Amino acid sequence: MNRNGQTPLVEMKDVSISFGGIKAVDHVSIDLYPGEVVGLLGHNGAGKSTLIKILSGAYQMDAGEIRINGKKATIENPRDARAHNIETIYQTLALADNLDAASNLFLGRELVKNGLVDDAKMEAETRKIMGRLNPNFKKFNVPVSALSGGQRQSVAIARAVYFNARILIMDEPTAALGPHETQMVAELISELKAQGLGIFLIEHDIHNVMKLCDRASVMKNGELVGTVNVDEVTDDDILGMIILGKKPAHLAA
Amino acid sequence: MTDTAQAPGHSATKRSLIDVLELDIRLLGMLVAFFAIAVIFTIWTGGTFLIPRNIFNITVQTVPVAIMACGMVFVIVSRHIDLSVGSMLAMCSAVMAMMQAYWLPSLLGLEYGNPLILILTILIGLGAGTLMGAATGWLVGYQGIPSFIVTLGGLFIWRNVNWFTTNGQSVSLTDPNLLMFGGTEGVLGAPVSYALGVAASVVAVLVILAARKNKVGHGFTVKPMWAETAMMAVIVAAIMMFVTWLSRYPIPPSKLRRMFEARGETVPEGYTAMHGLPISVLILILVAVVMTVVARKTRFGRYIFAAGGNPDAAELSGINTRLLNVKIFALMGFLCGLAALIAQARLQSHGNDIGMLEELRVIAAAVIGGTALSGGVGTIYGAVLGALIMQSLQSGMAMVGVDTPFQNIIVGLVLIIAVWVDIIYRKRMGITK
Ligand SMILES: Nc1ncnc2c1ncn2[C@@H]1O[C@H](COP(=O)(O)OP(=O)(O)O)[C@@H](O)[C@H]1O
Ligand SMILES: [Mg+2]
Repeated sequence: MNRNGQTPLVEMKDVSISFGGIKAVDHVSIDLYPGEVVGLLGHNGAGKSTLIKILSGAYQMDAGEIRINGKKATIENPRDARAHNIETIYQTLALADNLDAASNLFLGRELVKNGLVDDAKMEAETRKIMGRLNPNFKKFNVPVSALSGGQRQSVAIARAVYFNARILIMDEPTAALGPHETQMVAELISELKAQGLGIFLIEHDIHNVMKLCDRASVMKNGELVGTVNVDEVTDDDILGMIILGKKPAHLAA
Repeated sequence: MTDTAQAPGHSATKRSLIDVLELDIRLLGMLVAFFAIAVIFTIWTGGTFLIPRNIFNITVQTVPVAIMACGMVFVIVSRHIDLSVGSMLAMCSAVMAMMQAYWLPSLLGLEYGNPLILILTILIGLGAGTLMGAATGWLVGYQGIPSFIVTLGGLFIWRNVNWFTTNGQSVSLTDPNLLMFGGTEGVLGAPVSYALGVAASVVAVLVILAARKNKVGHGFTVKPMWAETAMMAVIVAAIMMFVTWLSRYPIPPSKLRRMFEARGETVPEGYTAMHGLPISVLILILVAVVMTVVARKTRFGRYIFAAGGNPDAAELSGINTRLLNVKIFALMGFLCGLAALIAQARLQSHGNDIGMLEELRVIAAAVIGGTALSGGVGTIYGAVLGALIMQSLQSGMAMVGVDTPFQNIIVGLVLIIAVWVDIIYRKRMGITK
């Protein structure tokens, strides 16, 4: 898979994690190159969120190896992941409901002036990026609990995009969005991809996967079914992998 | 609620006065409750409730609970509880009392009244509180034991380690300097109090104007200048009235005579002096201001609120939530030490039951002040006001001859009603959290 001699941004090799008796992720290997979007697919409970949470530092793997830019990396907590320029949009969004959009966007990385957090500057920055991502967004001075699902999602997306990530993880980023907003996220993904970011995209809509992704990795019951180049397969091939848990015959070799 | 609801300045004419002034409804409610209590007891006591001496006493009695309530806000906001604050207060008080009466004089051979005794006693007392709090925080943050359990244990443990520390004896404060934190023994007098009042007013006005300028600088809408001016006028008036009132409480002639005699002088004919601001109240104000700045303008404060709003989000944002817990409880312990210094100075001795049941008053003050037990919500000024409301209520009832058991029943009812009204208000406003 060493395409054009490029070093992969991310390599996860033989990664496993169990919770109690459940093998949530079982010897899974995936990788990601610069300027590439890799889709992660599978039924609910397949282990997609758990896999990417290992990369984002939320969970520690029991076995396996992570390499970033070809070098072995130790990611023990979310701070380590951020230090590797990995940004994540969690399925649960991970927003502090009682804080406003700017406080959430800069949470853990507040702008500080004279030892005090610079709320005005952070709000101004938030207004700038939201103006780009969701121009209709006006609720800057209320806790995010007062926002709609779509608005909350755009805050979570803004937080992942703002800090110049090299590796972006998006766990069902369009789950709470309407068709128009989904379209905007699709455009954002293309834009970021053109800037050379690598993106892991967990997405249920096969149509979106076929449109946005370069490759797709399918998981079932914690195991990797396989990884395919999207332009070599049909929707039905991928659906078959998700449901049957094996690669289609013409690719199996 | 939609995106388009509030274009800036768009519907300004329709906004209510409360909106224009950007007043906090909860603060307003508490102020109304506070004034209602003041008015009722003023009428009931035929005016005695409002005389400077009584205001002075209520203020001084509020200080220890109010100081601890500031720390309790952080504890509760981060979804924890600290049931051990009364016992930690007792423990700090015991350590300080023993320090100044026995340990320091005998170990270091210091004379009574040596300022070094004062300084070391305070530092060690505050240090003891901080350590006890940090131990709690470590058990909660790093070992995952629920704070309810750790601090319930602490309530028993520190109360009784306190007993062993003093052998169950009361220890009177022999160091004369320590008494200045108690209230009537440590006052600044009228001129200094007025000067501080003016200084505080100037600072308040400057802070408001600076915040306004900062907002304008970033192109945000600000409230109209008349509203800003009105707010500043109210704040300045409140500060100056408070200072004036305390500066009208005269020091009794007998005490003046003793003070002069101590210096080998006699009181000049017609000489009077006023109490003015007590040092303990000054300390409370300082604590409240610092804690407010910490809550609103520091990363530490931001993380406390984030962890209370959504612990997972705080963790995933790279916040070291374990260490955060240690800091929160250590700060709580530090404030218990400070409260102990003031409480024992007011009583002029350390007794075994000092701070007994104080944890409940402290939690009640924070909760009456709008701190939500579900976490993520709370203000320092609310907690201070909550403590003040409880103390006013209790003092007022004592003045009109309500028996102590009945006083406590009323305070209990007020706690429940305050939270009840808050819940009804939230439901009405459609605020879920
Ligand atoms: N923190 C956890 N504790 C216990 N089990 C977990 C935890 N997180 C995930 N799991 C389990 O791991 C499996 C994979 O879940 P998940 O990664 O969320 O799936 P997906 O994102 O593909 O829907 C599920 O069986 C889930 O119950
Ligand atoms: Mg998932």
